[in-house]
Amino acid sequence: MTFPFLDAIRTLGASAFFFLRRLGLLGLFLAKAVLYCFLPPLKFRLILKRIHFIGLQSMLLIILTGAFTGMVLGLQGYYTLSRFGSGAYLGSMVALSLVKEMGPVISGLMVTGRAGSAIAAEIGIMRISDQIDAIELMGLQPFRYLVVPNLIAAIISMPLLTAVFDVVGIFGGYLVGVKLLGTAVGTYFGEMRAVMNMDHIMEGILKSLSFGVIISWISCYKGYYTGTWGWGAEGVSKATTQAVVLSAVLILMWDYFMTSILF
Amino acid sequence: MIDFEDLHKSFDGVDVIKGLNLRIDKGELLALIGRSGQGKSVLLKQAAGLIKPDRGRVLVDGQEIGHIKGKALARLRSRLGFLFQGGALFDSMSIFDNVAFPLREKSGLSEEEIGKRVVDELKLIGLSGSEEKYPSQLSGGMIKRAALARELILGPEIMFFDEPTTGLDPIIGNAILKLIDDIHKRFHFTGIIVTHEIPKVFEIVDKVAMLHEGTLLAKGSPEEIIASEDPIVQQFIKGDLDGPISVC
Repeated sequence: MTFPFLDAIRTLGASAFFFLRRLGLLGLFLAKAVLYCFLPPLKFRLILKRIHFIGLQSMLLIILTGAFTGMVLGLQGYYTLSRFGSGAYLGSMVALSLVKEMGPVISGLMVTGRAGSAIAAEIGIMRISDQIDAIELMGLQPFRYLVVPNLIAAIISMPLLTAVFDVVGIFGGYLVGVKLLGTAVGTYFGEMRAVMNMDHIMEGILKSLSFGVIISWISCYKGYYTGTWGWGAEGVSKATTQAVVLSAVLILMWDYFMTSILF
Repeated sequence: MIDFEDLHKSFDGVDVIKGLNLRIDKGELLALIGRSGQGKSVLLKQAAGLIKPDRGRVLVDGQEIGHIKGKALARLRSRLGFLFQGGALFDSMSIFDNVAFPLREKSGLSEEEIGKRVVDELKLIGLSGSEEKYPSQLSGGMIKRAALARELILGPEIMFFDEPTTGLDPIIGNAILKLIDDIHKRFHFTGIIVTHEIPKVFEIVDKVAMLHEGTLLAKGSPEEIIASEDPIVQQFIKGDLDGPISVC
C-alpha cells in the first residue's frame, strides 16, 4: 500500500537535506580557504598572477563600464534634478551613487562575468582532467594552489577596481553634466566635496572587499566540485553558469544586507 | 604492501565493488584486468585514498588509507605515484615545469639541481628536447611519458597505472609497457596496472587479478591465468564473443 502524502514528505525531506548539505559544504569551503590564507607557505607568484588576471586584465572593462555608468547617471540626474530646481546637486548625486552603490556592485558583476566564470571553468577543467587529484596525490593541498591565490587576489583587486570605476564614473558624469549640459564645474565638484565623507568611501571599500570574497569563493567552489553536477564539458559548462549566476545574486543580496544593516 | 579487505563501493545505488579481497606484496607488479565498468579504476582510486569505500578497508603498508588525514596522509601519498588515463599534466605549465613541480614543492633542492634532475628524468623517459613544450603540443604517448616522468621524479615506492596504453597506437602502447617494465626493474616499486592490453601486459607483470561483477574472480601468475579453466577468464583473455559473458 502506498501513501502519496508520505512520499511527498520524504521527497521534501530529502531535498531539504540535500540543500542543507550543499550549504554546509559551501560554508566549509570558505572556512578552509580562509584558514589556508593564514597557514604558510603562501604562493606569492601565483597570487601575483591572479592579481594580474583578476585585477589588471579587468581594468579596460571597468573603465568602459565606469565611464558609461557615470555618463548615464549625469544625463538622467541632470534632467531629474533640474525638474525640481536641484541641478546643483548633480555632482554629489553622481558621486554618492557611484561610491556607495553602483561602483562596488557593477564592478563586482563585471568581474564576476569576466574573471569569476574563467576561474570556475579553469578549476572545473582541472577537476575533470584529474589535475586536482594529481596535486592531492603528490601529498599537496590543492587549496594552496587553486583557491587561496584567487581569494587573496580578488580581495586585493576588487577595491582597486572599484576605485577606478568610481573615479572614471565621476569623470563620465562630469563630461555629460558639465561639458554637454552646462552645469558649472565648480558646482559639480564643490557640492560633491560638501556632501561626501570618509564613511561613504569606507562603505564602498567594504562592499567591494566582500564582493571579492563572494566572487572568488563561489567561482572556486563551483569549479572545485564540478564532478558533483555531471562530468565532462557539460559539467564545466554548468559549473561556470552556476558560478556566475550565484555570485551575481549573492552580490546583490549581500549589498542590500550591508546597506540596510551596517550603514 | 597493499591489502583490499572486504571492499564494497556503490554509485547511485549501483554496486560496483561487492566484497573484494586482494593483496599485493611488496615489489610486486600486478595487472588488474576485467570488463569495462567492473570497478578497476575505482579500486585504484580507493588505494590512493581518492575515493572512500562504503564498507571494508584498504591498507597501504599497514595504514588504512581511508582513515588517515592531514600530514600522515600527505606523507603516505608522497610515497605514491599515479599515472592517470589522460596523464593529468598541468596544462598551463611546460613539460619542464610539470616534471619539476613535485621537486619544487617537496624536495627543497636548488633550482639548478632541480633542472639537472628534470633533464635526466626526461632523458630516461625518452623525452629529451621537449622541456619547453606544453601538454597541448604533445602526442598521447608523449603525454603519458611526461606524466610518468613527473610521477617518478620523487622515487615512489608504490605506482598505480590507470590504463596507461589506452588511446595509443600498438607500437607506442608497447613502448609504454616496456618503459613500465624497465622502471619497475630499476626502482622495484609495488605497482598495479589497470589495463585491457592482453596478453602483452602478461609479459611484464608478476601477478594478474581479474575482476568480475564486483568481486575477484581469479588471481595468479600470468601463466596460471592463461592456464585457468574458468570459462569467464578464458573468454575474457581470448576476447571470444561466445561464452558465459554476455556481450550485450
